[in-house]
Amino acid sequence: MSLTVEQVKARNQDLIKEVLEVYPDKTAKRRAKHLNVYEEGKTDCNVKSNIKSIPGVMTIRGCAYAGSKGVVWGPIKDMIHISHGPVGCGQYSWAARRNYYIGTTGIDSFVTMQFTSDFQEKDIVFGGDKKLEKIMDEIEDLFPLNKGITVQSECPIGLIGDDIEAVSKKKSKEFGGKTIVPVRCEGFRGVSQSLGHHIANDAVRDWVFDKSDNKHPEFVGTPYDVAIIGDYNIGGDAWASRILLEEMGLRVIAQWSGDGSIAELENTPKAKLNVLHCYRSMNYISRHMEEKYGIPWVEYNFFGPSKIEASLREIASHFDDKIKEGAEKVIAKYKPMMQAVIDKYKPRLEGKTVMLFVGGLRPRHVIGAYEDLGMEVVGTGYEFGHNDDYQRTTHYVKDGTLIYDDVTGYEFEKFVEKVQPDLVGSGIKEKYVFQKMGVPFRQMHSWDYSGPYHGYDGFAIFARDMDMAINNPVWGLTRAPWAKA
Amino acid sequence: MTQSSNNVLDHFNLFREPEYIEMFESKKKNFEFPHPMDKVEETREWTKSWEYREKNFSREALTVNPAKACQPLGAVFVAVGFEKTMPFVHGSQGCVAYYRSHLSRHFKEPSSCVSSSMTEDAAVFGGLNNMIDGLANTYAMYKPKMIAVSTTCMAEVIGDDLNGFITNAKNKGSVPEDYPVPYAHTPAFVGSHITGYDNALRGILSNFWEGKERTPNDKINFIGGFDGYTVGNLREVKRMFDLMGVEHTILADNSEVFDTPADGEFRMYDGGTTLEDTAAALNAKATIAMQQFCSEKTLAYAAEKGQEVAAFNHPVGVAATDKFLMEVSRITGKTIPTELTKERGRLVDAIADSSAHIHGKKFAIYGDPDLTLGLAAFLMELGAEPVHVLSTNGGKEWEAKMNELFESSPFGKGCHAYAGKDLWHMRSLLFTEPVDFLIGNTYGKYLDRDTGTPLIRIGFPVFDRHHHHRRPVWGYQGGMNVLITILDKIFDVMDNTTNIPAKSDYSFDIIR
Repeated sequence: MSLTVEQVKARNQDLIKEVLEVYPDKTAKRRAKHLNVYEEGKTDCNVKSNIKSIPGVMTIRGCAYAGSKGVVWGPIKDMIHISHGPVGCGQYSWAARRNYYIGTTGIDSFVTMQFTSDFQEKDIVFGGDKKLEKIMDEIEDLFPLNKGITVQSECPIGLIGDDIEAVSKKKSKEFGGKTIVPVRCEGFRGVSQSLGHHIANDAVRDWVFDKSDNKHPEFVGTPYDVAIIGDYNIGGDAWASRILLEEMGLRVIAQWSGDGSIAELENTPKAKLNVLHCYRSMNYISRHMEEKYGIPWVEYNFFGPSKIEASLREIASHFDDKIKEGAEKVIAKYKPMMQAVIDKYKPRLEGKTVMLFVGGLRPRHVIGAYEDLGMEVVGTGYEFGHNDDYQRTTHYVKDGTLIYDDVTGYEFEKFVEKVQPDLVGSGIKEKYVFQKMGVPFRQMHSWDYSGPYHGYDGFAIFARDMDMAINNPVWGLTRAPWAKA
Repeated sequence: MTQSSNNVLDHFNLFREPEYIEMFESKKKNFEFPHPMDKVEETREWTKSWEYREKNFSREALTVNPAKACQPLGAVFVAVGFEKTMPFVHGSQGCVAYYRSHLSRHFKEPSSCVSSSMTEDAAVFGGLNNMIDGLANTYAMYKPKMIAVSTTCMAEVIGDDLNGFITNAKNKGSVPEDYPVPYAHTPAFVGSHITGYDNALRGILSNFWEGKERTPNDKINFIGGFDGYTVGNLREVKRMFDLMGVEHTILADNSEVFDTPADGEFRMYDGGTTLEDTAAALNAKATIAMQQFCSEKTLAYAAEKGQEVAAFNHPVGVAATDKFLMEVSRITGKTIPTELTKERGRLVDAIADSSAHIHGKKFAIYGDPDLTLGLAAFLMELGAEPVHVLSTNGGKEWEAKMNELFESSPFGKGCHAYAGKDLWHMRSLLFTEPVDFLIGNTYGKYLDRDTGTPLIRIGFPVFDRHHHHRRPVWGYQGGMNVLITILDKIFDVMDNTTNIPAKSDYSFDIIR
């Protein structure tokens, strides 16, 4: 049954050819560039990425608004994020991403609320700037403890020529220098969520950093100050990460952006090192802080004990012996627990195969965690990864892995049907498709309402969840006993 | 360290462990620069006041926690109710990702839909090429029998002409000349998802009906409207019609596609109104809509074609179902069979058994206009008082209807309808004029948490409870389901407030 690497490569190449047959010629040519079989030793996956999705193919991608409001800005808990435009965008993204936070919602925290300007026809015709001004007044009146406002632009804003920058400046002045951030993340910009991340990063640069010099003079730095960048605290991920950094002796002065606050953003330029988890969505601001404030940044991976161990050492290498020893202590402390988790779950999961399709980080980042459990990732791809993500992916994937960028509904279904993995990890739109097919599935955006998956504490949950998905007795029931084979 | 392989703690318990609690406190104190606790507490108390309520109700521009979605969601919901039909939304692609996620989170089912993926260049030059390529791709890949086009606000703002574009695409060979590509303009900045439902359905019908000669027959058409219980409800309606011997066509029948089996096969399409039946529906003697505010334009169109039309407001309970069945009976000339009369009797029996626990209880309700009308009427039938009824997508006409309903019963005395308001308004209402229970969708859980008003989940979306959509809320059996849902919550609250030993447990009765 088990195929050699060469057989797998041949099968995957055939599969790619086969799925391309369904398309009209022009589309087939374009899609062909996004599909490939990884060849060991290559420094790239050799697929095109971060280019426009093709109309009508059922892309899984979202938009720039989703990247800004949904990912980067939305989790900043003590600010109010206005979904500026018609009601839908804010409604569909309302509290859907599980960015955990601690605060009194509606009073000093606002993450799981939906603030919208609910555009009507007259706002489209006459412009929405006046309405936006009034909205800000009403926010100040009704939510006096908010520490800032962001304007998350939906499609119409950029099309009707509203000047949200002018409104933001005017109101900020009126409110005594309050942080008000206009974000030009209209959904039609760019090709996916990715440009929204970038625009949101730039908005932090322009409207937070450049205006927050010395906002917190009482803040006293230490040589061990770091900021967690690119962890959205889904199911508590950032917390399960922070606890390890603190245990090794570092001081985490900011979380970007899960459970984050505006004060943490403002103080981040005082960090000694930025530790970057989601490279795709926050490399921009990390690079900016490196250039402007001279803060180095380091990528890390907190999925699964092997990668956590390597990451803790890598982070520690930027500090003195005290921190290096701290890292070793942390590694040693958790080792027995990690071994117990592996001893428990590996025998149940060994040799199981996985196909992934996630956003911009996890298609490579979670591979190590699966391997710690003896599992193998046989296919992976990014919704909105760029070329540098596919380069980084080569450090993770094995020879012959099927690579699919911006996969279409049709392609993904066919790939899974033919490859028959033991598990698919992707999003809510894919979940039920594969479960109907009888393939175990875990949502790898929301952790399927579980989590955290980051850190040592998270790995135990990850292992448990993969086991419960794959070894669920329901998969033995999908065929009626009287059905013909 | 409290995590262990023997007892894996996830977010429910992990973060309640002392090491995490300590970490949270230190994070807040040292890095968040928070408002002082007493200030937060003071503000929290202030938001419960009448003064705050008045400020809150004087809002003119800001919307907070609305209970409505946008038009294309309704259009997608309609489209999948037709045989092998792919919804195609012309505009930005992120919208489609949102509709699919939203529907999948509610129904726990796949939700297929494509986008024409317009970006900056299309914003400048228009989305014609996106339409041409998009239709060709969808047609080739997913082999639908029909592609139903609607629009996002982007396409509407730049003024894309769907009719012209589709004709153009057909001329370019994207799909065959005679292939059905109905369309509807569904701007997100007009109305809500229920408006989109109406526009899309009218668009599909006109695609099949325009220019056709009508030969009236004895069948009736049935329109469910946007409905989170569509799976259970449409099946129940079919069952009732079959019992009555009513020949019918359910238009936009998405009860199968949102309830496919897990048997090893993914069905992108399942069930749905056949295209043949859709075309033949022109000949029906009447079209009945279960939700008036979801079907105004569609019904007007059916009436224009010479059909009799009738609209209801999401009938729930005995009297509302009576009225519905009698109207069907009048239109079709079919009698209401004993079996349904018996079901009616069973619902009356159940109400008689339980009404002592509901009578006089005060409720707040929010949701779509028709749903709130149906539920308010049922509550009054049970002797309960629908004190606050709120509909973000309800307008003046809805408000007038609701007031008329209040006036029809002594239990409506002192009850108020709030049109165009949101759940932050509802929060003020619940603090200043408390009620016993709240009925609404999943988002009501924040109101439950903030105000302590127990939430009974009826509405759309319901993300955090499973499988409710499989049960009908229409018909006598549906009324029974609603009754049981309400009662379960009432009894749970009774038990949970009488369970302190040696203090309140004398009322912790074993028989209720």
